[in-house]
Amino acid sequence: MAAYDADSSAGGDLAYDPNFVPDSVKTFVVHLYRQIRDKNVYEIHQMYEGSFNRLTDRMFRESPWPTAEAVAPYVDGDHVFCLLYREMWFRHVYARLTPTPKQRVESWDNYCSLFGVVLHGVVNMQLPNQWLWDMVDEFVYQFQSYCQYRAKLKNKTEEELQLLRNFDQAWNVYGVLNYLQALVEKSNIIQILEREKEGLEQFTVDNGYDYQGGSNVLKMLGYYSMIGLLRVHCLLGDYRTGLKYMAPIDLSQQGVYTNVIGSHISTIYHYGFANLMLRRYGDAIREFNKMLLYILKYKQYHQKSPQYDQILKKNEQMYALLAVCLSLCPQQKLVDENVSTQLKEKYNDKMTKMQRYDDEASTVYDELFSYGCPKFITPSAPVLDEPLTNYNQEAYRLQLKMFLFEVKQQQLLAGIRSFLKIYSTITVTKLAQFMDVDEATLRTILMTYKHKMHSTDNDGKIVSNADIDFYVDDDTVHVVEAKPTKRFGDYFLRQILKFEEMISELEKVQLD
Amino acid sequence: MAKEAQQQVSYTVEELVAVNPYNPDILADLENYVNEQVSSQKYSLDANLCLLRLYQCEPERMSPPIVARILIKALMAMPAQDFSLCLFLIPEQVQSEEQFKTLIVLSHYLETARFRLFWDEVAKNRSLLESVPGFQQAIEAYAVHVLSLIYQKVPRAVLAEAINKEGLALDQFLEYHVANSGWAIEKSQGRSQLIVLPPNEFNHPELKKNASDSVSYEHVTRIFPVLS
Repeated sequence: MAAYDADSSAGGDLAYDPNFVPDSVKTFVVHLYRQIRDKNVYEIHQMYEGSFNRLTDRMFRESPWPTAEAVAPYVDGDHVFCLLYREMWFRHVYARLTPTPKQRVESWDNYCSLFGVVLHGVVNMQLPNQWLWDMVDEFVYQFQSYCQYRAKLKNKTEEELQLLRNFDQAWNVYGVLNYLQALVEKSNIIQILEREKEGLEQFTVDNGYDYQGGSNVLKMLGYYSMIGLLRVHCLLGDYRTGLKYMAPIDLSQQGVYTNVIGSHISTIYHYGFANLMLRRYGDAIREFNKMLLYILKYKQYHQKSPQYDQILKKNEQMYALLAVCLSLCPQQKLVDENVSTQLKEKYNDKMTKMQRYDDEASTVYDELFSYGCPKFITPSAPVLDEPLTNYNQEAYRLQLKMFLFEVKQQQLLAGIRSFLKIYSTITVTKLAQFMDVDEATLRTILMTYKHKMHSTDNDGKIVSNADIDFYVDDDTVHVVEAKPTKRFGDYFLRQILKFEEMISELEKVQLD
Repeated sequence: MAKEAQQQVSYTVEELVAVNPYNPDILADLENYVNEQVSSQKYSLDANLCLLRLYQCEPERMSPPIVARILIKALMAMPAQDFSLCLFLIPEQVQSEEQFKTLIVLSHYLETARFRLFWDEVAKNRSLLESVPGFQQAIEAYAVHVLSLIYQKVPRAVLAEAINKEGLALDQFLEYHVANSGWAIEKSQGRSQLIVLPPNEFNHPELKKNASDSVSYEHVTRIFPVLS
């Protein structure tokens, strides 16, 4: 276990010997290779999450792991293993170090090879779902990172610009989207999920694993790619298409997507955000609420996990977005008590300000949206002639602008909501007087309220998001408070299934 | 014959969008499809979003007249939010061009139910909007929709302003809807007509089906093994 000599600089930009393989790494790869060949998923998972991170903490905090070429002799030069190892290698560089431009491009090549192998259907491994999720998640993350990187042209060296020119196909948006889509299609995952509804598949029950000697890799990469596609479309600003990709997964139920916490959070975060931009505030609030409650209950179990920081970050972002949703569409009854308490602690002042709908409110909306939103990207390739500018903020500025415009359009609604809360009937004339506007303007405000509080769902049906509603009879406004709907049907179903489980457990008990 | 050929193209375009949307080669087909939507009064949001995404990836191939047509079609789809969905994909510098600024203003007026301002602005931009057949009727339908969300009985003047019709044209409009859409006309005390709109769950809350308590078929199938 040699310490790396900080002075020994090889010609490259890394002051370490990429070909030196410490004994512990030798043991690690030999062991991992054997476990993968023997399809011991549990062991693989232990090594992947446990050993890899322990070794990283011990020896590779500030330098990369040995290269795939260096470890290849210990694993029979297995091509697929090397692709997997390299994927982990690059992921480590992104997480702990800063990737060089060349490394970014090489990582793209590696993903192309890796996905190419998987898509050809010749992979026979079973890998832990955590690993397969991390692959897709990292793929999208590196794409996002590359778009940000190449949009910052101002301070690039000539060498960097030349690299961008020569490797203009690296991380191109069509390639990324086509790989994700190819994984979805080739894995047949949509059909599998359809057939599962008719009881012809065991996909969710088996958590995606194949207990008949086959492989879960293509299937699970296909499944996680649906979430990957949702994420990429959110980054591009195309929320509707992103949500369409999630249609095969029933988000009102537990599913394979909930079994890896990273995939659970990423799904709900992007789903909620897309709904927020589509003005479906009710749906967004419901999903954020469920996710935040889950994190509240279970985050202690993930404290040792390498993803803990990410979990906490997304948690905070979702609170910010929830605060925004609730200010635009007050619906306290949709939020669990515990989540509500947390929310008040973090954002009570800001939510009060946002509900005032003045200029100060706009600043707060800006702040929370900017904190909670994803890092949007500009997918087009950079124009590499003078003058070189940084345009990595353009995509974000556009989405922010559109969002604040929407907020501004809803500016008058806060005033009317407070009156609707007090009166059960009031004439149009009187209400106009109270609000200090003329009658025609008031009628306009009433119509805006109704229009904004109703959104169109995926089937074109109009759905109300409002907690307070009204109708007008010639010149009188009648206020109607939306009753909270008790979901008796759902409740009974759950209890029936629970009791069935209990009964079958009891029947198994043998009394001596 | 020409119509059949047209039908074949649109079938293929919808398929392309579903199967292979991330492909710059279909850009020309998608542009033709936009023109076809305009001329034959059809509409496909997914195909148009696909085209806008391709423009996003290759800004030098963007065609402002096509984008304008997409936006006008999106306006006509209100109350659906298609117009904003399209704007999310159009870069800021493009949005600041004159014709797009006009369209954004029109959308703003419709979103905030400022119908009189809307029709005034339309009158100033006839050439832009008349190139898309069906525009007038689509906006009238939206106006009627918003009124139906609120009013059980709407005063004649309010309706007139919303759909930009007066006098004889308005009377004909009312006649048509009384005959075909279940409208009725009442006289309110002293003032002019009141139009009674058909009841729906929005202007008659008691009609609201408690739909969220209904259980989907898929969920019920889960307890079939128990019930047997």
